Amino acid sequence: MQLLVAPMRRLPVVTAILVVDGGATTEPPGKEGVADIAAHALVEGTQKRSADDLVMALERLGTSISASADWESSILKMTVLSPNLPGALGLMAEMVTSPRFDNAAVERIRAERLSEIIQTRSEPGVLADETFSLELYGAGSRYGIPLGGSAESVTAIAVDDVRGYHRCGFNPKAATLILAGDIDTDAARQLADRIFGAWKDAGGETAARRVTTAGGKPRQLRVVDRSGAQQSELRMGHVGVPRSVPQYFDVVVMNAVLGGLFSSRINLNLREAHGYTYGASSYFDWRRDAGPFVVSSAVQSEVTGAAVSEVMNEIHRIRSDAIQEEELSLATSYLAGVFPIRYETADAVASGLAGLVVFGLPDDYFTSYRSNILGVTVEGVQRAAQNFLRPEDLNVVVAGNPDLVLSQLTQLGLGEVGVVRVDA
Amino acid sequence: MAESTSVRIPVETFELDNGLFVTLSEDHSAPIVAVNLWYHVGSANERTGRTGFAHLFEHMLFQGSENVAANEHFELVQRAGGTLNGSTWLERTNYFETLPSHQLALGLWLEADRMGRLLPAMTQEKLDTQRAVVKNERRWSVDNQPYGTWWEKLPELAFPESHPFHHSLIGSFEDLDAASIEDVAEFFATHYTPDNAVLSIAGDFDPEEARSLVRKYFGDIPRGRGRSPLPSMDVPAHFGAPLRKVVEDDVTVPRVFMAFRSPAFGTEEYYAASVAGAIIGMKKGSILYRALVRQKQIATEVSAFTFDLAKGRDLLICDVTARAGVSGTSLEQNLSSEIDRIVAEGVTSDDVARAVAIISTEIAVAMQSASDRADKLSMFATYFRNPSLANEQVTKYESVTADAVNSFVKTNMTNTNRAVLLYIPRGEGVQ
Repeated sequence: MQLLVAPMRRLPVVTAILVVDGGATTEPPGKEGVADIAAHALVEGTQKRSADDLVMALERLGTSISASADWESSILKMTVLSPNLPGALGLMAEMVTSPRFDNAAVERIRAERLSEIIQTRSEPGVLADETFSLELYGAGSRYGIPLGGSAESVTAIAVDDVRGYHRCGFNPKAATLILAGDIDTDAARQLADRIFGAWKDAGGETAARRVTTAGGKPRQLRVVDRSGAQQSELRMGHVGVPRSVPQYFDVVVMNAVLGGLFSSRINLNLREAHGYTYGASSYFDWRRDAGPFVVSSAVQSEVTGAAVSEVMNEIHRIRSDAIQEEELSLATSYLAGVFPIRYETADAVASGLAGLVVFGLPDDYFTSYRSNILGVTVEGVQRAAQNFLRPEDLNVVVAGNPDLVLSQLTQLGLGEVGVVRVDA
Repeated sequence: MAESTSVRIPVETFELDNGLFVTLSEDHSAPIVAVNLWYHVGSANERTGRTGFAHLFEHMLFQGSENVAANEHFELVQRAGGTLNGSTWLERTNYFETLPSHQLALGLWLEADRMGRLLPAMTQEKLDTQRAVVKNERRWSVDNQPYGTWWEKLPELAFPESHPFHHSLIGSFEDLDAASIEDVAEFFATHYTPDNAVLSIAGDFDPEEARSLVRKYFGDIPRGRGRSPLPSMDVPAHFGAPLRKVVEDDVTVPRVFMAFRSPAFGTEEYYAASVAGAIIGMKKGSILYRALVRQKQIATEVSAFTFDLAKGRDLLICDVTARAGVSGTSLEQNLSSEIDRIVAEGVTSDDVARAVAIISTEIAVAMQSASDRADKLSMFATYFRNPSLANEQVTKYESVTADAVNSFVKTNMTNTNRAVLLYIPRGEGVQ
């Protein structure tokens, strides 16, 4: 197990994160969601303690441990007053090294996940997100299926799948413990040795990562049928670039100008110039393989077509014309200047370090971040826009009222618009 | 047992001749400074026919002032490497930015320009655009969101029609349509005055410099001409009879809210009510999680929280989401019988210790953020003229006993002090 320590001595607070490499992209096909269920089931008791006893022991120390899976890792996290760190960290180690995985408890977590899937069928934003991912990647890619799995895959998960995922994935070779806050490096090392020193590899084979790239599907336009919708949840975008892209900082600054900031082009256009929406933004979802590039907004039904058209215009414009120097300096001075505000808390620092671990970024990543951002040029932004934004590939998904939006989308002349129905 | 670690922050206050109350809290551990303004006005101050106006007005405060162009406020703060926002609540509206420390003057100047000189920048066009933005905010956060109407239906059920907390904070489309540029001028002159505001500065600054900047930028803004007092906020300690409303919505699983009238934020009894809420619904060791999620397996999520209303009386609210397949009727009955059981059996000192350990940790954790520190100072200064109360919270929670919690539970959680708002899928029906 690797240890990272970030001492911050102002307040008696420590955030501890255990990152275990793996995550949803190492799940067996057909068992999508098992990583997240395994993580949640860690909270359901250890060999020594029932679920109630474990939860009570943590909460009497003023904390709780969240456990969840991401695309490329599983993450356990807690924030605790520093005098309570040894006790709480001991409980975290117990969860990871000797989970109970009772049949009944795992079954309950699985049933709750199925219930959540049913519940989100009434959430237009989630419907739009999930349909968008499926259109981009297809069901054959792990990125095409929700992180927590589908109704079908979660139904197929048995207790042994959960135990198997844990045995193969949760070993000390794959783990990094991060401690940020009121602790020094020597004390952290002693504590980690004492608490995690006996953690041995259970001998399972680490699963191979699944290929997550998409197979070059043509552009799709979809309306998810929400006949009673009061608004359109809009997603536009295409498969983006992996976190390891050499032009990462150019892409970050380009996106800030396009749709990353409040004062970005897309937000000022859709919200402040037209009043179509409460807010609109764009982002590259950074993952090890190419995550999606997404423009996201909730717009008034009557102007859905016009909003799509304005977003298209902005994407064309940032590729064809160099941005203004003032736009560049706004984005770079914001991203560089906001750095100490963004990393004000132990949680933010520990989470930032977890990102370094997951993406294999260099140790000097944070110290060189500002100069990397400030080094981005107008030309770099335009090259990033030309290389990584592909207007002809933009998928459009709208969760909304087909009676109001279908004809608007068809009239844009981008192609045929399909309607997706979701059973309640 | 959890160890107690009390976190205290320095607090200095002063007042300008125009009535602006200022709180300073130095901390040089990070090169950043938070500027936070609370205006003592919220949706409770809206007149009949203007629901949603306090919040619409908050949007207008980002549309420029005499020396700042529309949206330039955002741009100047972000260009300086800062973050910013504002929010509206029943009793107050706040505006805040966190900046690199050498940019303190910018934050203060921007806030002063809109407090002193907003109206020259107001136009009908800006009002119309923000009206459209706010209508889309309403669609997004309320109308097109499963259960999204609870924010307006619960206060509507729990406060009588004449009460200032009864009506919708986000407002109706009809009332938003009726808002005029004259309303903007009137609301500004009445409520956005230095004697109705509190300014807090927290983080890395020099107190002498901060004092002189505050005087320079805010000192010449005139005092307000006075406000008519709010209608009476008094309500009886209990509802007096069970209240209940069933809402059919575009949802796939039922969800129930149960509200109890409870002591106003900041009173001694408030802390017992807040601890009761944590015992009942905070985290996985809470009574409702253990009973309804883990044992009976009829729910997937539970929480309990107070609205923290400082006028009249507060609300303690339990919020439980059903497991798919469980009926609304069953969900409500199970919640009611758990609450009955708590009233009958009471809570233990172990329950209190768990709740207080969690709450104390959360208070210390929040103190890491300059923005959170400034906001807490503004809150206690606005409601009680005493920002140092931010340092007393852990002590107040630690002095709550099981007897105090049980006294609250037995007087405030009985059947005649419950307001139930039950969401069910369309067509499900309910007893």
